[in-house]
Amino acid sequence: MSLAHRIIPCLDTDGARVVKGVNFAGLRDAGDPAELAARYNAEGADELVVLDIAASRDRRPTFLETIRRVAAQLAIPLTAGGGIRTLEDARSVVNAGADKVTVNTAAVSNPELISELSREFGAQAVVLAIDAKREDKRWDVRVRGGRESAHLDALDWAKRGVALGAGEILLTSVDRDGTQMGFDLELTTAVSATVSVPVIASGGAKSPQHFAEVFKKGRADAALAASIFHDGTQSIRELKELLAAQGIEVRLPC
Amino acid sequence: MKIALIDYGAGNVPSVERALHKLGAESFRATAPPEVARADAIILPGVGHYAALIRGLEGRGLRSPLLEALARGMPFLGICLGLQSLYESSEEAPELAGLSVLPGRVRALPAGVKLPHMGWNRLRIRQASPLLTGISEKDYFYFAHTFAAQDSGVEVAATCHHGTAFAAVLQKERTFAVQFHPEKSGASGARLLQNFLRLAA
Repeated sequence: MSLAHRIIPCLDTDGARVVKGVNFAGLRDAGDPAELAARYNAEGADELVVLDIAASRDRRPTFLETIRRVAAQLAIPLTAGGGIRTLEDARSVVNAGADKVTVNTAAVSNPELISELSREFGAQAVVLAIDAKREDKRWDVRVRGGRESAHLDALDWAKRGVALGAGEILLTSVDRDGTQMGFDLELTTAVSATVSVPVIASGGAKSPQHFAEVFKKGRADAALAASIFHDGTQSIRELKELLAAQGIEVRLPC
Repeated sequence: MKIALIDYGAGNVPSVERALHKLGAESFRATAPPEVARADAIILPGVGHYAALIRGLEGRGLRSPLLEALARGMPFLGICLGLQSLYESSEEAPELAGLSVLPGRVRALPAGVKLPHMGWNRLRIRQASPLLTGISEKDYFYFAHTFAAQDSGVEVAATCHHGTAFAAVLQKERTFAVQFHPEKSGASGARLLQNFLRLAA
């Protein structure tokens, strides 16, 4: 008896609508966040992530309203992020109904933000999102939606983030994101072995086999995907049944 | 029936509120002593730091009314930190006194497993409890914590295991508590809340 491996659908939004892109570019509309949230909640998703990828200041109220609408549909935990720069930003997201917040670019420029959030909401509510891109034998941390280098080593940054108070790492492979070639197992294994907190693998999921690999070989505690779920090409229920058949512990509806 | 949700200024009050509302239960937020006194049942949700909960209760003068209500046999459900607060103290803030309804100290789960213990886990049921009606060892519940009650007492109705065994469901007469978040635990969590509402009615 142990922790189930989590399957986490992710809603990338422009604040109001779910959007879909490849390698952080070329966005298309993929539906209403609250409708998708209700569907995933019913299908057996273990958690839900909703991100504001536009993260523009003037659209903030719209995103908070989206969080409220999504939270109303869920009986599972909700993580929200995108553009969280201050404790106040995080508080408004939590007050709107998020159980956890993710920080990314702002944490790189101001690492103390991680500690502030951890003190306020507890480590279990602070998810450090790391976008990592392979460079020779290491992984470089990328910011601003994957476009710029933060000049940080992903393993070092993960370790530091945890020391500052992050309770979970959301690890996205910039190289794999949107490619449907499968999770970056090497990256996931390396980060998972480096930190003491749970790691959510993200980027590149297409088939159930990709999920099985990232749990078995990548040592991921959870796996996140967006488009394969939005498309309806992969139902969460069926994915979990396939994983369970391979001896991977997942939460199946009773 | 009026359920007081203790609102100590931090915590997961809105999600518990929403879960109760979906079950058709009427709840209100209690932030001051008279509100605790006029309740038919009490839920103490909690998330975050142990010190925030204890200080939040004391700052609002809620410690004594809460203990008096428990002593009178008012149905009570502690969630997450709400469970931990029932003990004498916690390693997370050793200088603060807990509600001391139960003996013992809350301690950090052992290193060597990933912490926080975050995600869906199952119970090992030790004894029948009305809170667990219709719930089996196949049900999963959502946990998100680093500290836990690891000294087993007679009040432990179910344990969970992460590095070590710890109390997941407590029952002492009409005082109940769970380490996981029923408000975030899908249909299984809703069933547990429903059980509490039924036995509090």
